[in-house]
Amino acid sequence: MSKVLILAEHDKGALKKVTLNTLAFARQYVAKFGGSYDFAVLGHNVGAVATALQGFGAGAVHVADHADLAHPIASAWGKVLADLAKSIGADVVVGPASTTGKDVLPRTAVRLGAGMASDIIALTDSGAFARPMWAGNLTGNVKISTANKVISVRASAFDAAEATGGSSPIQAVAADPALAGSRVKFVSFDGVQSSRPDLAEAAIIVAGGRGLKDRFGAVTEPLADVLGAAIGASRAAVDDGFAPNDYQIGQTGKVVAPQLYFAIAISGAVQHLAGMKNSKVIVAINKNADEPIFKVADYGLVADAFVAVPELTAQIKALRG
Amino acid sequence: MKILVSAKRVSDPNAKLAIAKDGKWIEGDVEYILNPFCENAIEAALQIAEANDGTETVAIGIGDDETARFIRQGALARGIDRGILVSAEEETIDSDLIARIYAGVVHRESPDIVLLGKQAIDGDSNQVGQLLAEYLGWPQATFASKIEVADGKAIVTREVDGGLETLEVTLPAVITADLRLNEPRFASLAGIMKAKKKPFDELEIDDLDLDDTGTKVQVVGLTTPSGRKAGVIVKDVEELVQKLRSEARAI
Ligand SMILES: Cc1cc2nc3c(=O)[nH]c(=O)nc-3n(C[C@@H](O)[C@H](O)[C@H](O)COP(=O)(O)OP(=O)(O)OC[C@H]3O[C@@H](n4cnc5c(N)ncnc54)[C@H](O)[C@@H]3O)c2cc1C
Ligand SMILES: Cc1cc2nc3c(=O)[nH]c(=O)nc-3n(C[C@H](O)[C@H](O)[C@H](O)COP(=O)(O)OP(=O)(O)OC[C@H]3O[C@@H](n4cnc5c(N)ncnc54)[C@H](O)[C@@H]3O)c2cc1C
Repeated sequence: MSKVLILAEHDKGALKKVTLNTLAFARQYVAKFGGSYDFAVLGHNVGAVATALQGFGAGAVHVADHADLAHPIASAWGKVLADLAKSIGADVVVGPASTTGKDVLPRTAVRLGAGMASDIIALTDSGAFARPMWAGNLTGNVKISTANKVISVRASAFDAAEATGGSSPIQAVAADPALAGSRVKFVSFDGVQSSRPDLAEAAIIVAGGRGLKDRFGAVTEPLADVLGAAIGASRAAVDDGFAPNDYQIGQTGKVVAPQLYFAIAISGAVQHLAGMKNSKVIVAINKNADEPIFKVADYGLVADAFVAVPELTAQIKALRG
Repeated sequence: MKILVSAKRVSDPNAKLAIAKDGKWIEGDVEYILNPFCENAIEAALQIAEANDGTETVAIGIGDDETARFIRQGALARGIDRGILVSAEEETIDSDLIARIYAGVVHRESPDIVLLGKQAIDGDSNQVGQLLAEYLGWPQATFASKIEVADGKAIVTREVDGGLETLEVTLPAVITADLRLNEPRFASLAGIMKAKKKPFDELEIDDLDLDDTGTKVQVVGLTTPSGRKAGVIVKDVEELVQKLRSEARAI
């Protein structure tokens, strides 16, 4: 029997969907090994997040609400999460493999004497954790040999869990993060302003590469607008300053698996494919027919993006009236 | 000031990988390179040293004898002052043991900053820096795209979901490098010659007085994920729209 503690991800008081993808993994884990799961909500003024999680079948929703937890400072969050796991007897701590999860969870693992498996995409029949390695060219099945286990979950590999009704009790956690976080000071956050869906949650993604140059926005935005899509980018487009870092998809950026992915002027390097090759339908638009992106695309169009994408945008707009 | 920086070797990302006979790792006879994130960490260490007189830089690699070549050519030849190889069979170490080995070296060396890569491009775990920081009880600033060091503090800009976060950490601290942190320099010929004469220590794990040298996570098998097949090339935008609509039902 296991007790799984799930670290909830949220942004400015709103629950993020990756929490529910992570929950889907936790349910599989509990179905296989027996036990139950609880949520941990860390932050400041996060009451609404806790309430939003009450209908998902958890034993409890634990809330550590503290001014010193307002930003996810890893030393402070890692400690509070580990202390909570100890106090409720959780032997498994899971969270999304977001930048927050990647930052915080290893610290929790050390405090629990737990081994940690990163970025897992499946629970195998034999109970191993499957995780992509070598930019997803191989999948490693790993076992954790410690009694306590910490796992970060690749959200795109699990469909978001559904609500089950009911109302899990909310329990306040008396957290004192001050000491653990005292040698770190939050200075600022320079956020990407966008009214578009989050890359991790979008059904359609329009991604652009270096080939779009300084017309990156002019080409991708109108198409994203007609489709209600999120915008993504290759590393090269970000490196060259055409798109913000938050847009990067790939081995070292975000990993996505939308229903529909447009790769526009992206060559298809292995590191980019690592972040998008599990998309349901892939469209490649590139002027060079020999690029590797066409090897993974369901539909390829060999064309100049500066001509083809505005045309595509206009035709879809016409269709949608 | 003293900076400890990582030099890990990884298989070349363009190499054709074959699963080893025991099924647990790749066949060893591939090309290796210095982990790209370690190149950024080394460059950052050199820049901090150049801006702060009297800073000593030390590169550390954990692995077999081959690893020594990457410490010398990847780190010392670029300007890092000295090297440490901790001998270990790479089959028998996981991220957690690597972090404990680092902690052992930190206790001997007392650096002000430990600069690692945010991830290794073979294991892709993205753990060692964070584990190390917790073992030491130090603050961390991971995924760094900008580092400024002054007055016993580091101001670090981090690439995180949603944008860029800036933290101020009081040293000593662990910092992990992201790829946009800098443009790693090349080693000069003079640098390569000098590297041969720079101090180089070889340590055994046993020299580090670790309480425990076991691993917590084991790879039990590797598999090749099922690939995607190439689809069709459409002749124009109109055909693309028609296929996306009636065949894929995606728009
Ligand atoms: C030839 C070879 C054979 C291997 N065989 C096996 C095997 O059979 N089974 C197995 O499980 N693993 C094996 N490994 C891999 C194992 O040693 C990994 O290197 C280790 O697990 C670290 O990867 P990670 O993804 O966990 O690191 P991450 O947490 O992604 O690494 C983060 C950072 O830590 C630092 N770092 C990590 N490792 C080292 C290191 N060794 N030296 C210095 N700095 C480091 C780097 O700065 C890196 O950027 C092998 C590696 C090599 C090169
Ligand atoms: C350690 C490491 C990690 C990495 N991580 C990532 C990652 O997370 N994500 C990532 O994306 N990359 C990553 N990379 C980089 C990766 O190797 C490639 O360099 C990068 O993906 C290339 O981006 P690109 O396709 O936009 O640029 P390029 O490879 O330069 O391709 C540009 C493309 O645009 C096409 N083009 C040009 N003009 C037009 C036009 N007018 N119309 C149509 N097509 C046009 C060209 O034919 C070409 O295919 C990583 C690399 C390393 C070493």
